[in-house]
Amino acid sequence: MYPENFRYTKEHEWVLMEGGIGTIGITDHAQQELGDIVYVDLPKPGTRVEQGRSMGSVESVKAVSDIYSPVSGEVAEINPALADAPEKLNEDPHGAAWLVKIKLSAPGELPDLMSAADYQAYIGAEK
Amino acid sequence: MRRTALNSVHRALGAKMVEFGGWEMPVQYSGILSEHMAVRQSVGVFDIGHMGKIEIRGPQAAQLIDFVTTNAVPKLKIGQAHYTGLLYEHGGFVDDILVHKVADDDFFLCVNAANQEKDFEHICAHNRFDATVELTSDHYSQLAIQGPQARATLQKLTPVDLSAIKYYWFTDGEVAGVPARIAHTGYTGEDGFEIYFPPAESERIWTRVLEAGAEFGIKPCGLGARNTLRLEAKMVLYGHEIDASISPLEADLAWIVKFDKGEFVGREALLRQKEAGVRRKLTGFEMTGRPIARDGYEVQVNGVAAGWVTSGSPAPALNKNIGLCYLPAELARPGLAIQVIVRGQPADAMTVETPFYKRAK
Repeated sequence: MYPENFRYTKEHEWVLMEGGIGTIGITDHAQQELGDIVYVDLPKPGTRVEQGRSMGSVESVKAVSDIYSPVSGEVAEINPALADAPEKLNEDPHGAAWLVKIKLSAPGELPDLMSAADYQAYIGAEK
Repeated sequence: MRRTALNSVHRALGAKMVEFGGWEMPVQYSGILSEHMAVRQSVGVFDIGHMGKIEIRGPQAAQLIDFVTTNAVPKLKIGQAHYTGLLYEHGGFVDDILVHKVADDDFFLCVNAANQEKDFEHICAHNRFDATVELTSDHYSQLAIQGPQARATLQKLTPVDLSAIKYYWFTDGEVAGVPARIAHTGYTGEDGFEIYFPPAESERIWTRVLEAGAEFGIKPCGLGARNTLRLEAKMVLYGHEIDASISPLEADLAWIVKFDKGEFVGREALLRQKEAGVRRKLTGFEMTGRPIARDGYEVQVNGVAAGWVTSGSPAPALNKNIGLCYLPAELARPGLAIQVIVRGQPADAMTVETPFYKRAK
């Protein structure tokens, strides 16, 4: 369920590193908790983001949740499919419904994030 | 936190539970969108056992209720219900409630869960009549069966001819062999019924309703869908569109205020407001773009703060993002360009006629 090659945050984002670029998304646990996702607000390419700071939001029918950036850096790309089809986040949060790609400015932050096993233990304990 | 008799049933169905007005309630089962659409297109069932019940009896029960509420109790026939306001002297809402006339000396009030003790104390404080007031919420479970197939679903479980119960009328009968009050009422903008029965029978009746509705694809529905459904139908929610600081005239509820019925709590304040004109008025709007307005967001007109959003949400049956807001009375008309401040950014919206959704009769 939770890919081994992702790193995870306590706020339920994931990051997949490829070269100096991190692909960011929200976890399956997050989409389940949110329910039907109807709107995603993402930073524009070029925006500088900071680890642990809000960089956008995901909205379900009921509520708004911040997206906290798992890493610091500059937004290189956003997922163009989500504007018209935010419900993809409920269907494939670890794949097609990635949110943004970030060019990391501080790769040293990565060890702060959880492994898949740690994240699963974390959400298990949260319940 | 208080729990309804069906709490464990909701958990077993995998419902997501949330705190609402001191109660632990299901906010959704399969998802708000699918639950919402089940009610618009077919049928859904809601556990609303958290709603408060107040029973008022005695030779002057009608006079007491007429004095503490805004609608005209003498106009109610036995077996009829109406929506009404319970107001403070200054014209703000204690609560919005349903009054059912069971007999000339027997009335059954359905009130908001979080307000029930406050309502009870308020009514008692004004009781200089020959009437007894009892808070009897614990005596009842309550289910809402709502949607175009609600009648066909419930009819399977009762010998009462449901087609003979007019809208906002009720009758005492049986559901699944259990004594129940069956009311042709609801909070969804759809046809439907609300039933009241002893809590001990809750699980059985819930199960029987789901069985009866299976052929129509009935869905158990949570508070999430209840909120989006009532918003599309522009039904107000206490704590959002109305509260102690808002009057029925401001909330576009002048139709529940019967000035000509004589004395009632809040009448003087409302009369003054009516003569001077209300300063603000509840208004519906649609978002122009994709952003979603949420409760409490600021509303601007031409860049100037003008009001606030009382409820905002996607409208699943309309495929739009809608909301209700308070605006200065002189601006409160359809067709006005407004901006809703969504996380610091102005997002365009347009005021519109309400209700947003009206069912085909």
